[in-house]
Amino acid sequence: MRRGPGLAYASPSLLWLTFFFIAPLLIIVLYSFLTPGQRGGVDLPFTLNAYRAIANPSFGKVVVGTIAVALAATFFTLLIALPCGYYMARSSKQTLLLLLVIIPFWTNFLIRIYAWIAILGNEGFLNDLLRWLGLAEESVRFLYNRAAVTLVLVYTYLPYAILPLFSTIDKFDFSLLEAARDLGATKFMAIRKVLLPNIRAGIFTAFLFTFIPIFGAYAVPLLVGGTNSYMLGNLIADELTKSRNWPLASAISLVITLVTTIGVMLLLRFNGTHILEKKHEKA
Amino acid sequence: MIGSNVHIGNVSKTFGDFVALDDVSIQIQKGEFFSLLGPSGCGKTTLLRIIAGFEEPASGAVLLDDRDVLPLLPNQRSVNTVFQNYALFPHLSVFENVAFPLRLHKQKEPLIRARVSDYLQLVELQDHANKKPSQLSGGQKQRVAIARALINEPSVLLLDEPLSALDAKLRQHMLIELDSIHDKIGITFIYVTHDQQEALSVSDRIAVMNKGMVLQIGTPQEIYEAPATDFVAKFIGETNLFEGIVRKIDGELLELETAEFGTICLTDSTPPAIGTRVSWTVRPEKLRISHDSAANGRSGLNTLQGRVDEPIYSGFQTKFYIKTAGGATMKVIKQHADWSDEGPEIAWKDEVYLSFSAKDVFLVERKQ
Repeated sequence: MRRGPGLAYASPSLLWLTFFFIAPLLIIVLYSFLTPGQRGGVDLPFTLNAYRAIANPSFGKVVVGTIAVALAATFFTLLIALPCGYYMARSSKQTLLLLLVIIPFWTNFLIRIYAWIAILGNEGFLNDLLRWLGLAEESVRFLYNRAAVTLVLVYTYLPYAILPLFSTIDKFDFSLLEAARDLGATKFMAIRKVLLPNIRAGIFTAFLFTFIPIFGAYAVPLLVGGTNSYMLGNLIADELTKSRNWPLASAISLVITLVTTIGVMLLLRFNGTHILEKKHEKA
Repeated sequence: MIGSNVHIGNVSKTFGDFVALDDVSIQIQKGEFFSLLGPSGCGKTTLLRIIAGFEEPASGAVLLDDRDVLPLLPNQRSVNTVFQNYALFPHLSVFENVAFPLRLHKQKEPLIRARVSDYLQLVELQDHANKKPSQLSGGQKQRVAIARALINEPSVLLLDEPLSALDAKLRQHMLIELDSIHDKIGITFIYVTHDQQEALSVSDRIAVMNKGMVLQIGTPQEIYEAPATDFVAKFIGETNLFEGIVRKIDGELLELETAEFGTICLTDSTPPAIGTRVSWTVRPEKLRISHDSAANGRSGLNTLQGRVDEPIYSGFQTKFYIKTAGGATMKVIKQHADWSDEGPEIAWKDEVYLSFSAKDVFLVERKQ
């Protein structure tokens, strides 16, 4: 390989990464090995206390719970995003539909969560409707459980899954589906055997774009979740603001980073080879 | 494999205001190599898609061996298509592309291996079984598409402009190969093309289409030699097309009065009435061109006088544009055969005589 001006060209992005990604990460690593300060912050000496606290089984429960909610929410997000992306790619009104997907971004994320509270709350729109229809006498408790957290997470991250799926499906040659039908495949088989394998890269991207942020979710479980839907993001916030244990908060952050990194590496191993192969073929 | 006969009865189809097919009826025989020929937008591909099951006609019937196939889904019809852009599955190898229909039907692995290698052999691709479609040339992709469409043993194979993406030389080669595959397996081929040379060289019969209508159905000879309408005459090969008024009928011999050439005689077994305005055509290669008017005055022979406006030499033949005395331009093609001594070479601005037989003049229906 030639080592010429490559480094010079890469330096802006290298500087960016160093200042905004690597340096903060190193600070978090450093903090996780220090002692909590009196009013927050950190103090010497170096210690492994934060990591000892993580070994506590109650922490493991939160990790497992977070993974479960994140996987479920990601699964439902993809399940809804796939047909949406497919429909958008085939539609003649692509610009309008794209706009509709992007419009929620114009409203603040927190306000949109409060809108859900207004819909699902005990005195909310949905309960009013049920009472009006005579389907329920007492208010149904929709909020403050894992289902509510999953629902609002799916809602929040749906556009992040739709957009990469749409852009991949848009490049898909739909005559391949006709060819499959012509050769004897049912509609379902044509989609399973021809469409899905050809949009793997898009599904993979959509998965990463939803799973990673959902895994670190904080505001949604805080506002619509109950005690049993406590997620890792809430744990970090509590340690940072209530318990003022910055080293523990840092250690938990590192656990999230580690879990997602390992997850992505594993996925790349099984899925990514296909993507790399494709690039190679084109070259 | 056994071919089916295909009955297309009074099929119509519209897309909004656009009439894609207007009361089309075609009978295709078992094992026939049948071409749908016409310019783009003439409805030929729509008709193909109706036979395959991708479009539904507004009215009319499509029968395969007397069985109505319109209620059947594309995957339920014993009809397979070779698509214009090949439509090979990019994520599958050549072998798996061809095996695709068999895997759908959950065939046993040894049977799949045997069948796929048979069909790869048929299209001479046995050495490329493990390649991906992106590693193949255009001609090879085309062969994979053909093998894949044939492996289900359909009774009708539909070919949608299968050679349009190939270069001229390869197209010739693939055309011969398609013909030999057709001879080997003997099923019905329905071949859609806008290229008259392709259609003329391989088809048993051709349907010429324009603006959603079938203008003429016949063998390549019939369509070339005796075009039914002025569109067919112009679309198939080159021709000279003029108008005239019927002035005299003597049995099958007609005399027309024309503005450009005076009297033109021709033969027609079903002549129109005297005084009718008609269109007539004569193919450029049917005209004889010479410096002297040797054949002048013979009955049943038309002679014209003119000047060479532009000779276009193309090796095996020369095409002349002749400005006749009446001001019209007549195209003449002269083959270069060195065994016939035809006097001095005909050059630009030469005064020449043209002659052509009444038998080579055809009346055509005026219908755009």
